[in-house]
Amino acid sequence: MSEAGTVTTRRDPAAVDPPEKVDLHAPGKHDPDETGHFGPYGGRFMPEALVDALDELRDSYDKARVDPDFVDEFKRLLRDYAGRPSLLTEAPRFAQHCGGAQVWLKREDLNHTGSHKINNVLGQALLTKRMGKTRVIAETGAGQHGVATATACALLDLDCVIYMGEVDTQRQALNVARMRLLGAEVVPVKTGSRTLKDAINEALRDWVTNVDTTHYLLGTAAGPHPFPTMVRNFHKVIGAEARAQMLEKAGRLPDVVTACVGGGSNAIGIFHGFIDDPEVRLVGIEPGGHGLDSGEHGATLTEGIPGMLHGAFSYLLQDEDGQTIEAYSISAGLDYPGVGPEHSWLKDTGRAEYTAVTDDEAMHAFQLLSRTEGIIPAIESAHALAGAIKLGKELGEDGVILVNLSGRGDKDMDTAAKYFGYAS
Amino acid sequence: MTGLESVFARARTEGRAALIGYLPAGYPTLEGSQELLAAMIDGGCDIVEVGVPYSDPVMDGPTVQAASDKALRAGFRLRQLFEVVERISSHGGQAVVMTYWNPVHRYGVDAFARDLAAAGGQGIITPDLIPDEAATWMKASDEHGLHRIFLVAPSSTDQRLEMTAKASSGFIYATAVMGVTGTRDKVGAGAAELVRRTREHTSLPIGVGLGVRNGEQAAEVAGFADAVIVGSAFIQAAEADGTDGVRRLAAELAEGVRSPR
Ligand SMILES: Cc1ncc(COP(=O)(O)O)c(C=O)c1O
Repeated sequence: MSEAGTVTTRRDPAAVDPPEKVDLHAPGKHDPDETGHFGPYGGRFMPEALVDALDELRDSYDKARVDPDFVDEFKRLLRDYAGRPSLLTEAPRFAQHCGGAQVWLKREDLNHTGSHKINNVLGQALLTKRMGKTRVIAETGAGQHGVATATACALLDLDCVIYMGEVDTQRQALNVARMRLLGAEVVPVKTGSRTLKDAINEALRDWVTNVDTTHYLLGTAAGPHPFPTMVRNFHKVIGAEARAQMLEKAGRLPDVVTACVGGGSNAIGIFHGFIDDPEVRLVGIEPGGHGLDSGEHGATLTEGIPGMLHGAFSYLLQDEDGQTIEAYSISAGLDYPGVGPEHSWLKDTGRAEYTAVTDDEAMHAFQLLSRTEGIIPAIESAHALAGAIKLGKELGEDGVILVNLSGRGDKDMDTAAKYFGYAS
Repeated sequence: MTGLESVFARARTEGRAALIGYLPAGYPTLEGSQELLAAMIDGGCDIVEVGVPYSDPVMDGPTVQAASDKALRAGFRLRQLFEVVERISSHGGQAVVMTYWNPVHRYGVDAFARDLAAAGGQGIITPDLIPDEAATWMKASDEHGLHRIFLVAPSSTDQRLEMTAKASSGFIYATAVMGVTGTRDKVGAGAAELVRRTREHTSLPIGVGLGVRNGEQAAEVAGFADAVIVGSAFIQAAEADGTDGVRRLAAELAEGVRSPR
């Protein structure tokens, strides 16, 4: 069984490793076991036809992660293309609404393409080149991962096909246009609930058929091994930067690190910067939709039961017969009925906590950050901000909270205008 | 000898391949699926493969997906699967279940195996469970005397073929092409090669599925495989002509598996 999530060492909080000195990619004690299990979670619940491709991906990734050429090229793209390191910004006016606790924002919204998604996409696109594959497929919900993927494919000259639920193509029409402008083919998915989970199903069907030439560039830290580990590692830069920046600017580690959880990639990326600091609480915020009692939500870890979906064993919204229950959230990037397996393990071990905020709480935080700090967050990230409002009230004036601001809100203007009645 | 083993033994003495037909339980309704499955057996299927309708069938093409959705919308519940299997067994038919793993996991692997065995079911075909993750199922299937029918694919390495063959019983399901279920004009040329490679590791019968839709293709596959597995074409036949269509297709395919080429 893996050691993942078990906290053994206590670091000297004052020890500042400059992020560029820390090897975020080397194998370590938080990796899953050899077959990709974090405790009982993860693994591979996949058709045999894809096992060879998953093995190839695992082997290529295992080589790449310890190859200085690969790691340097990845870092170079993060710096010169994505614009890293992203800023750490204090939010004092917003903090007044958080019980007076200090609030710091990790500004993933300032990355190229507007969210954390670019980190993982650049990593996997480079790996696609190394594997000699020429075609990339991906799923997208809000369109952020699709846009990031189309961007990296334009940069690295890869063919790109994006599967997107038909419902989401309508909710996020502007992102569809963006992807097409970048040269990607966008395929509206008309099966099942026509949202993110069905887009993943369709991408998997494409992958089974075209696996020789095609890499499936999964957009979150979920799916079969090695995706959860690989995607996490490409996002660890968020937490590594944030930890050093907190020490430098706040002079201490935060009491709480909080992030929204859809599939779990931005959360796992920032959590890992602090996972060996047992005094730092890690709190994931799930989409509570219309409220947990309404049944219309996407709070997988809070309300789900472990099961298999999209290749991994993890918490899951499912009915008595093991049928997947469709998730709901005002945020297209969070309405996913599954979650990455490492989060399930962090929940069970108690290293991280998970709680939900409703659509209304998230939208309140969305407007509040806009009006107090002049930063329009993604609605996904607004869930983490709503979490910070609650956590701040718990912690009081001495508290220090770090929020992962995973993306910017431009893509959400249509939803926001409708919600607040701004559209004339 | 289990029911499944005697079917293959008989087919072997007759110098032919066995015919396996797939339909989802509860499609188009619970009652309707029992009639369609009965028609399949009447028409000449040696084994029926009863599908469990599932919300996220990643190994299936549009035809099976649509049929699955129809069954779920008509209110199919998992426990009804055992009624469907029971009906087949009590009429002397041989049934195996094809299911994605989560419904089994949710029901309880041991409880599912127990109830399936009690209904006379022969085993489970597991499209998204590989032997690497199957420890619980290995134990439950041994305990309740069920066959474990794992899949092999053209992309499976020799090492995986060997491992999968060792874990299997009853028969092995060879997917003819890299892809999902659905009828095809041509069965992949890779199918014969996959069967040949798999045989190096096992004496179990090998069934070939994915894409077969008519008697001619059945005859072709019967030339190199021990069983011909047909799914989407039965759904299309049911959509077009109900039980008559299913019976007619089964008869055509049954003739095909008796004239191997
Ligand atoms: C800005 C932003 N944050 C968060 C998410 C949720 O994904 P994850 O939980 O993998 O970080 C998305 C997904 O589209 C997103 O666009």
